[in-house]
Amino acid sequence: MALLQISEPGQSTAPHQHRLAAGIDLGTTNSLVATVRSGLAETLPDASGNAMLPSVVCFDSHGVAAIGVQAREQAALNPHNTISSVKRLIGLSHAEIAGSYPFVRLESTDDSVPRLSTAAGGVTAIEVSAQILSALRDRAVASLGGDLAGVVITVPAYFDDSQRQATKDAAQLAGLKVLRLINEPTAAAIAYGIDKKDSDTTIAVYDLGGGTFDISILKLERGVFEVLATAGDTALGGDDIDNAIVQWILDESGLGIDNDAGLQRHLLDVARNAKHQLSGSAVAELKVESGPSAWTGQLSRETFDGLIESLVDRTIRACKSTLNDASLNASDIEEVVMVGGSTRVPLVRETVSAFFKQDVLTSIDPDEVVAVGAALQADILVGNKPDSDLLLLDVVPLSLGIETMGGLTEHIIPRNTTIPVARAQEFTTYKDGQTAMALHVVQGERDLVQDCRSLGRFELRGIPPMVAGQARIQVTFQVDADGLLTVAATEQTSGVAAEVHIKPSYGLSDGEIETMIRDSMKHAESDVQLRMLQEQRVEADRTIEALDAAMQKDAEAFLSAEEKSQILSAKDTLIAAREGEDSDQIKKALRDLEAASQAYVARRMNATVGDLMRGTTISNYE
Amino acid sequence: MAITLTDAAADRVKNFIDNRGKGVGLRLGVRTTGCSGMAYVLEFADEVEETDVVFEDNDVKVVVDPKSLVYLDGTELDFGKEGLNEGFKFKNPNVKDECGCGESFNV
Repeated sequence: MALLQISEPGQSTAPHQHRLAAGIDLGTTNSLVATVRSGLAETLPDASGNAMLPSVVCFDSHGVAAIGVQAREQAALNPHNTISSVKRLIGLSHAEIAGSYPFVRLESTDDSVPRLSTAAGGVTAIEVSAQILSALRDRAVASLGGDLAGVVITVPAYFDDSQRQATKDAAQLAGLKVLRLINEPTAAAIAYGIDKKDSDTTIAVYDLGGGTFDISILKLERGVFEVLATAGDTALGGDDIDNAIVQWILDESGLGIDNDAGLQRHLLDVARNAKHQLSGSAVAELKVESGPSAWTGQLSRETFDGLIESLVDRTIRACKSTLNDASLNASDIEEVVMVGGSTRVPLVRETVSAFFKQDVLTSIDPDEVVAVGAALQADILVGNKPDSDLLLLDVVPLSLGIETMGGLTEHIIPRNTTIPVARAQEFTTYKDGQTAMALHVVQGERDLVQDCRSLGRFELRGIPPMVAGQARIQVTFQVDADGLLTVAATEQTSGVAAEVHIKPSYGLSDGEIETMIRDSMKHAESDVQLRMLQEQRVEADRTIEALDAAMQKDAEAFLSAEEKSQILSAKDTLIAAREGEDSDQIKKALRDLEAASQAYVARRMNATVGDLMRGTTISNYE
Repeated sequence: MAITLTDAAADRVKNFIDNRGKGVGLRLGVRTTGCSGMAYVLEFADEVEETDVVFEDNDVKVVVDPKSLVYLDGTELDFGKEGLNEGFKFKNPNVKDECGCGESFNV
């Protein structure tokens, strides 16, 4: 059976209408996908429990060979076919790439879009990004058990239109519907709930990732974020910290790494490990063991801080100039959000905290905070939450629905749903050749229409004649922000449509609404019995009608006199039971009639198939 | 009869409510819609209506309106994983048949 999630009060969706949404942090070094489940925003890990997908794609002559961790492992062995940090190239022209990244090997074509050379031929930055996005999409679909209705993707605040458009194109190529692109610092602020603040506020988002540094100053005004200033260094990040430690090990140990790629990778691992240790303790133990090279040593917090001091100072200088650009002082900043794995380094936190003279926000995992913010935004945009930007937030006081066969109420918008809201449901015809349908819009909680309040009636005409149950009539209930209900019905195959406008709460006082709700509770048991009885009666009517129509046509051809009398007597029992008040009895009579007419139904079916096949040869079916 | 929660379900619900920062418990219900008759409602409960029936199991309050209780009495709510997917399951003794996906059911 399906796995269900907890919804906000009044926000339950109809079955098969859950709107799955995700937030994607498409990063230079790593990418993540997050979603909101049961009110909790969390990143989605892969089968081995890793939330982070390295933004690396490896190609071979057949196309994409690996994405993520496996691709990153190929980077050293197969550098020309392994593409990492593609985010730096997305949306750039030939000239821009040649100017900024001369080492990138491009196909020399006249194509307006630059193509990177790989064993699979030329690939664009958009195509590579699309591969990363599809890997995240597949993970989200597997984790959520359904297709995504839409995603929010984050981009750096400094991305221009062409970089943003290229990111959108990549998403489309990956089969994703982009609800919105949002700036990474904005997503981080949303993750901390800063957008929920009542008063206007100015914040700084300090983002020190694996290979890039960004500082952004944002202003939140009436729920809308504006980027006042942003700056950064696209070649400063955790990798530089690792390299500083590697250099220190080389100086201390006297080892040489000339042309020894294996030792170089090993030293980077040792350095990373030491960096992680120093986030929690004062001393890190280092152990180098690679071929003939062996060395052990200790790195203290103090020495480490000395190694990276100049790097951290560079970020602070960027903070100063960004504040200048925004004409602000450090004291004007009310919150400082820390983003990126490198902000776990104690010296970074301490220095930033001292510069802004306040405690910095670090409670959400700095690697995941951007994806989490994007997921929260996606959840709102896809319609799973009342849009918090809307000033007018109201609810439907009583359920709204339509009358179905047997005088039963089918609720389409349940009470307490926040408005504006739109819900749709499909209905079908009851009789063969039915060309019109009467729609009766009702309001109330009771199961029988006679106990609910009638709001209006309208007719959908011009349905093309079809077998009962084949027409697909979509009925849409829409309540706008003013509480105005519009009910529309459209027959999907022919497109014929009709609609009616109603003001649903008109004429009902609060007291009357309360009475209606109370009654529905009081009559819960009896309503259930009545609904079951009514449903069985409708079923009985439909069966009798179908049987009569069939027997009139060909009873003589397919039935012996004895069989016919058996069916007729079962039918009479059903008609008698239908007049009674016992739903179980009707159910039993229905089953008996079905059993009595089983052979008849089978013979008719065979004859129909025979008619269809007569005059054709077996080759027609091949 | 009553409505109960498995340890796994209760742990998750408590976790979600803590994270959400408000809510008295969990609201279970049914709605008459869906491909096979009825559909489950699983929501956070912020308030208890006068007419609601409240159960408490494993330190979690379960709120049900009397109309839904007719269909839900005896249900055990479980939490489980299927591959990467995870979520809540209704083990409802009143169910006679359900649609393939289990999101809606018949009594």
